[in-house]
Amino acid sequence: MKTVIASVERITALVIRYLYLLRGSWPRVIELAYWPTVQMILWGLINTFLARHSDWVAQAAGLFIGAVLLWDVLFRAQLGVAVVFLEEMWSRNLGQLFVTPLRPWEWLTALMMISLLRTLVGVGAAAGLAILLYRYSIFAMGFPLLAFFFNLLVMGWSIGLVVIALILRYGLGAEGLAWALIFAIAPISGIYYPVSALPPWVQPIALALPSTHVFEGMRDLLIGGEFSWLHFNWAVGLNGMYLLLAGMVLLWSFHTARQRNLFLQLGE
Amino acid sequence: MRTPAIEVKDLRKCYDKVIALDDISFTVEQGTITALLGGNGAGKTTTLAILLGLLLPSSGQVRVLGVDMVHHRYQALARMNFTSPYVDLPHRLTVRENLDIYARLYNVARRRQRIDELAALLDLKDLLQRPSGSLSSGQKTRVALAKALLNQPQVLLLDEPTASLDPDSTERIRGYLLDYQRGSNATVLLASHNMLEVERLCDQVHILKQGRIAAQGTPQALLEQYGRQTLEQVFIDIARGTPE
Repeated sequence: MKTVIASVERITALVIRYLYLLRGSWPRVIELAYWPTVQMILWGLINTFLARHSDWVAQAAGLFIGAVLLWDVLFRAQLGVAVVFLEEMWSRNLGQLFVTPLRPWEWLTALMMISLLRTLVGVGAAAGLAILLYRYSIFAMGFPLLAFFFNLLVMGWSIGLVVIALILRYGLGAEGLAWALIFAIAPISGIYYPVSALPPWVQPIALALPSTHVFEGMRDLLIGGEFSWLHFNWAVGLNGMYLLLAGMVLLWSFHTARQRNLFLQLGE
Repeated sequence: MRTPAIEVKDLRKCYDKVIALDDISFTVEQGTITALLGGNGAGKTTTLAILLGLLLPSSGQVRVLGVDMVHHRYQALARMNFTSPYVDLPHRLTVRENLDIYARLYNVARRRQRIDELAALLDLKDLLQRPSGSLSSGQKTRVALAKALLNQPQVLLLDEPTASLDPDSTERIRGYLLDYQRGSNATVLLASHNMLEVERLCDQVHILKQGRIAAQGTPQALLEQYGRQTLEQVFIDIARGTPE
């Protein structure tokens, strides 16, 4: 019991520290909601325009707004994990952190909690604004929204862990990956169009991504009115596998960092 | 016979073809202050990183407080702490916030009281509400030392604790260290370039050269062995390969 309490306190310490960072920097707070909001406004306008000219879009109100908000869940979740790690590197605090009794799993739990917080604030603000601007509420999806949200959150964490592993291995010169890597999967995740629109040889690759099943499931719900358990089960299964793999990649990078003295000498 | 606080046996660290540590062995007795001396790249920081479990050795054994630091470091980390010029505290957080976070990470009981005690001891009271990034080098060093003393460590590893400080700040830091070590009977291992500091503070000295221990003993024994008046002269003799 004492061990559990000690772990909880260490996790709390890291979450509190991130809240201190946010409190002390209003640009950081604004940045959380800025891009989700800009993206939502842009795709809201496209949605409004296309709904007048396309039956497919017209039959599902807010199809693109829902898609862009869910995409931002994925993007924010991975960025949340990666940026908190980068904050440690920028402040040269990593070496100091890993000689405390903080276990890697406690550190990861804290990263994930902060990522969840950042995602809720960023996407929540944009979702609220969508109601005001376009009278579209993503919350109208009901419980399936939770299924979509958590699947994208977990996928974002997996990508974030791989980004951390790469930055740990290759130094701050690789920090751009925190913003760029995830966009490699955007074209094949079927965010704004069905997977059937992709070239046939790409479709199996697309279907190996949990995000593709989430966006397919979202369209099934918005257009067909039904929640697809098939897509949900695929997303959960794939997420479990990728999270495990990402955890292994991160452990490998930790081991490499301990072999090469990277915790004290991280740089370009 | 008491178990040494630090035991290093046949420690070797290679990076590809570069040998950073070449089969070094030494022990540090409990309740002593020991110095690791050596020129740039001699292996001091590498040794400290291995002792902290941050770096894996290529071969050899490292035990701190009886714990194998390669495989079981979490059993010892709560009873250790360190300062290093290679690390820093988040600049935007105030000194109190940073100390509070580290007190939580070390599961320190009565955190506020402990931080206030250290603030009084290290003259930090006026700095507690200031952002850590706004402090001078001397103030940052005192805050780093406060962080290192939060958990009342039994083993304190200090990498160049007075580097880039003016003589007044250096003298004060030495005083704090000595007070803490005498008051708690902690074991201190410090890597330093400051020979005067080593002469004044340390019971034992290990001088590293190109990853090997070139000389070791009490400061007085080393002075006698090399027939010199100061450790700085001994250090230069060893660095230049002058015979004893």
